[in-house]
Amino acid sequence: MSRLTVHVEGVGLWSPQLADFTALRELLAGGAPAAPAARPAAATLPPNERRRAPESVLLAVEAAGQAVAMSGRDAASLACVFASSHGDQPITDYMCATLAQAPAELSPTRFHNSVHNAAVGYWTIATGCHAPSTAIAAQRASFGAGLLEASSLVVAEQRPVLLVCSDTAGRGPLGELTACTQPFGCALVLAPAAGAATLARLDLQLAPAQAETVLSEPLAGWRRGNPSAAALPLLAGLAGEGEFCRLSATPTLDLHVAMETAA
Amino acid sequence: MLHTMTPLAVTAYTASSALGHGLAAQLDALGQARSGLRPNNISSAPLACWIGRVDGVEDTTLPTSLAHWDCRNNRLAWLGLTQDGFLDRVHAARERHGATRVAVLLGTSTASIGATEEAYRRLTPDGRFPDDLQRPPIHAPHSLAAFVAEALALEGPCLTVSTACSSSAKVFANAERMIRLGLVDAALVGGVDTLCDSVLFGFNSLELVSSGPCRPFDAARNGISIGEAAGFALLERADIAADAPRLIGYGEASDAHHMSTPHPQGLGAEMALDDALARAGLNVAQVGYINLHGTASQKNDEVEAALVARRFPATTRASSTKGFTGHTLGAAGILEAAIALQAIEHGLVPGNLGADTPDPACGPQFAWRNEQARIDVALSNSFGFGGNNACLAFARAGFDA
Repeated sequence: MSRLTVHVEGVGLWSPQLADFTALRELLAGGAPAAPAARPAAATLPPNERRRAPESVLLAVEAAGQAVAMSGRDAASLACVFASSHGDQPITDYMCATLAQAPAELSPTRFHNSVHNAAVGYWTIATGCHAPSTAIAAQRASFGAGLLEASSLVVAEQRPVLLVCSDTAGRGPLGELTACTQPFGCALVLAPAAGAATLARLDLQLAPAQAETVLSEPLAGWRRGNPSAAALPLLAGLAGEGEFCRLSATPTLDLHVAMETAA
Repeated sequence: MLHTMTPLAVTAYTASSALGHGLAAQLDALGQARSGLRPNNISSAPLACWIGRVDGVEDTTLPTSLAHWDCRNNRLAWLGLTQDGFLDRVHAARERHGATRVAVLLGTSTASIGATEEAYRRLTPDGRFPDDLQRPPIHAPHSLAAFVAEALALEGPCLTVSTACSSSAKVFANAERMIRLGLVDAALVGGVDTLCDSVLFGFNSLELVSSGPCRPFDAARNGISIGEAAGFALLERADIAADAPRLIGYGEASDAHHMSTPHPQGLGAEMALDDALARAGLNVAQVGYINLHGTASQKNDEVEAALVARRFPATTRASSTKGFTGHTLGAAGILEAAIALQAIEHGLVPGNLGADTPDPACGPQFAWRNEQARIDVALSNSFGFGGNNACLAFARAGFDA
């Protein structure tokens, strides 16, 4: 089966324990990084949008902004693939609860923020990006499927792509089913060719599904608590912990990722 | 600079909507200029509007082995998959290429949120989902694609695209990239959206829903009618089917303007059009028919009418078919792709049903009534919230740009 090669130029990361990719590096090196503020800063958004934006948008934009800043690329030039297993769960909980009780009182703003592509919509508006943008989902394989889609776009179109994968914590009766115990967001800027900003080369290949790559605590627990945290084996590899990982792309297919970090 | 793409064969396609189940019912309704819209009889509380409802969804049953996927959206998906011999064509493709070499790439905006809404209406006294709806996979956006992959035993890459009303147009682009890169040999593309409270009361809250049947491109249009649909297509390399219609191009672009209104000059829509024309190697004079997004919202139709007027000659025919089907949201891309393919196959340019007094912004390209004409190339526009634009280009087999 065909192999895809892409080059990582930027990494973004946000969870209640990790403010960014540097914090993950610190943690894996045995340090104790400081936890970030309760709300992602999402500094890419204009201040008025930042105040009004829902949690899912802040989380995705925060991770995206970090990765793009690290890459040194102009955000407007990047095609966008935003993945999320569940979208904005607090909004889904609000919508379903309101529809069950007083449907005519549904908030128009929350409705248009409920679309799965809200985060990528806000991102393209904030960055003046006219490039192709998409919002995808693949249950607990959203990161693997998103990496496959983003890498396909990089290689097929020979253009740099921003991949974001994020999920909010669950809320309300729906939250019990999704079992998302905490938010997690991450982002990669991927480019077709090696360059001065290259952090690592990734060689990707589809293969039959196997058991997931083993993680140590606390990463393993974070991965159980949020489907987007399925990215952690790859992020840990980029931080220097291992040169290979398996990511679920579908229930029957894995994405094998061989990583070679730049010297 | 873009290179022209290698055309792909559309080796099978099907659509079911308010016009009926399958392609023959759709062609008949289009040919008779018969709308499928009716007064709203589906929302859990009254809402004065018209809808494009598919008959028979409630009576559709999933095979027993798939019962854990049961919900209205997946019933509509199953209803759609079982039309036009489509299942047989998918099985043949699976035999030909192998299960892991066929991707499942589907667009949806609602997925099965209707089932989640129902769970909230029937919460247990301690505030939990009722037992029969304690099924996590149907309460996630990936419900549709995961169901279809399991139902058809397809094991290639499987992805849900959810970019609001461009969702099931964009999957054609995902498929082309995966086939070009050799990741797969075939892709099942399409989408399903079902009527539910979220979209009816949601669009109503934005004051975008008409109280009567929608009137795309009418000077006095006053909003959309929401519909539901299921549609699917099978894409394979062209050498496999000499006579099958072709996907010859696609375009994708972002407005970067506003979450719920289009760019005033149609910037993203025009970029998507230019992307599609460039990949197809087409000039505008070669375009026979455009199925427009044409939702009957004030803004969309104003922007899209101006785009058609400034870019196409009068020989290009254009219409919105949302007066027939309603706006089927995440399924609109595949439904209208099927109409564009039927225009090529049957020489039918469907009239822009519902507009009695054309908006003066509309140019001579508009087909206000049905027309018979040989169509070699047809485009389909799909634009979504968040400024997400897509344009697809199809051609008759043997057409050479």
